Amino acid sequence: MTLSVLQWGVVGLLAIAILLSTVRLLLGPTTPDRVVAADTLAVITTAGLVILASVFENPIYLDVALVYGALAFVGTVAVARAIEGNRE
Amino acid sequence: MNLAGDIFLLIGGVFIALGSLGLIRMPDVYNRLQAGTKSATLGTIAILVGIGFHHPDWWAKLLVIAGFVLFTNPVGSSTIARAALKAGIEPLRGSNSKVES
Repeated sequence: MTLSVLQWGVVGLLAIAILLSTVRLLLGPTTPDRVVAADTLAVITTAGLVILASVFENPIYLDVALVYGALAFVGTVAVARAIEGNRE
Repeated sequence: MNLAGDIFLLIGGVFIALGSLGLIRMPDVYNRLQAGTKSATLGTIAILVGIGFHHPDWWAKLLVIAGFVLFTNPVGSSTIARAALKAGIEPLRGSNSKVES
């Protein structure tokens, strides 16, 4: 489907969110800050893939979104456990 | 039907953008975790509902994605918070936290 003005506005809001999260990812003073920013980016990417499925009229992108969410969750938990084990 | 979907999409986009703004503005790792994860979860669910209004025949996959997001986001954020606490990052002590101490 072609996007209406309001749907372009939603895509623009997602772009702003990705920009702000990337700023926190680059600036973050500590490592957990960067992990939080990467986790938020993964969630935004999942929502963006669902919108992409609607734009292309192709439900295969929903599977892509599901697999991306699963892998991002595994990555977040792995990095968090690695930070946790740093101390001891 | 179309208008309802657009309204849900707009709600989702606004919540995700505000959550990322909180990621910039909040002063502490734990505050950023709250702002980033909770509002992004709500925004993603709203966007899934909006796409469900636009394409009603995709409801099964959208439901699976919504359940997955609702399950993994709190688990991931609590894991990050525990890791930050164990890595020795002190929570911010402001003027409002005198009650607990």
